[in-house]
Amino acid sequence: MTRIQVLGSGCTRCNVLYQHAEQAAKELGLDYEIEKVTDITTIMGYGVMTTPALVVDGEIKLTGQVPSAEQLKAVLS
Amino acid sequence: MSGAPAIAGGPKPSPRAFLPVLGALVAWFALYGVLQPAATWLSRDLLRLEPETPLGNAVEFFAYEAPKVLMLLTLVVFGVGVVRSFFAPERTRAILAGRAESVGNVMAAGLGVVTPFCSCSAVPLFIGFLTAGIPLGVTFSFLISAPMVNEVALALLFALFGWRVAALYLGTGLAIAIVAGWVIGRLKLERHVEPWVYEMPVGGSGPASGALTWNERIQHGLEAVKDVVGRVWLYVLAGIVVGAGIHGWVPENFMASIMGKGAWWSVPLAVLIGVPMYSNAAGIIPVVHALLEKGAALGTVLAFMMSVIALSLPEMILLRKVLKPALIATFIGVVAAGIIIVGYVFNWLI
Repeated sequence: MTRIQVLGSGCTRCNVLYQHAEQAAKELGLDYEIEKVTDITTIMGYGVMTTPALVVDGEIKLTGQVPSAEQLKAVLS
Repeated sequence: MSGAPAIAGGPKPSPRAFLPVLGALVAWFALYGVLQPAATWLSRDLLRLEPETPLGNAVEFFAYEAPKVLMLLTLVVFGVGVVRSFFAPERTRAILAGRAESVGNVMAAGLGVVTPFCSCSAVPLFIGFLTAGIPLGVTFSFLISAPMVNEVALALLFALFGWRVAALYLGTGLAIAIVAGWVIGRLKLERHVEPWVYEMPVGGSGPASGALTWNERIQHGLEAVKDVVGRVWLYVLAGIVVGAGIHGWVPENFMASIMGKGAWWSVPLAVLIGVPMYSNAAGIIPVVHALLEKGAALGTVLAFMMSVIALSLPEMILLRKVLKPALIATFIGVVAAGIIIVGYVFNWLI
């Protein structure tokens, strides 16, 4: 099970990253769960200062970027 | 772009990475050189509009300004995108942590220009800076400079007003950020930060970041163009359409009585109107350019622009999460005062 988290307090870019990440996970056929993390305490807990950020299985993969679903496949697999 | 310390560039650049960039630059300059004759040809020969009529003036103005502004915007955004690949916020924070005030204010304002910033990350950034021990005033210098001195504003000012005004804007924007942050630091307002901010456990070291290759940095620049130009081009065009209309139909010196030098109240009024307005630099600058042509004073116009860009209501609402109202009010007051002074100084100097 791959655990995908999108950190960010609900800005448009965060929503786009969420959609792209979900699309990439689906197309890869991953067994995944995805969630949005909007709570500032949790976001700061990862030491992230630029949102949106992508966390996969507890590891920060990207901050402040919104890559395409295609590019995200490389990050997720 | 600022006096920020130079940073090692990672792996040695391979010449191959620069070839496409060089080719694109040559094409850019070749195209840029023929914009004016092309606009004249389009308006006078193709559309058969009389020059010096309102419609002829407006069409020629648009046909020249629209591609010119978009081209300059693309070039500047690309350049800034590459520069910013050197300055992650984590790196900026590491540079600022442990600096004394004053020096810290100056560095924070400078770094605000080159560090990637989006007002939607203002809150995590604010917390990240404070919990790393960066003084409140220094943090504010960064938060004022980052949105105000942005690449879109600089590119458009350069395109429409020339390098002098762009440089003045950069200089005064930095000055306001430095002084306003310093004043906020001196006022000892730490108790007006929501107390939980200081108690927040900040974990991790943030994302691991290896040195980027030049290819990746160029990629960063291209992504910035796609993101920023993709977001603002429509506003720019809308602004230029309104500007072209003003250019063609509004009589000379029409604005002189309202926004000219003679009207002392115009500067504070311009700032006051600017605060609740949330527009990006992209839409506002072409309009401002046209107003200036009709007799508005440069200081008044710059004050209006700075107020629109630097004091945006949505950002205040976001910052309310971490700042008590008294501190937000001080923030707005100090920055607005700085902008008003800049407006008067320009009207007086130029």
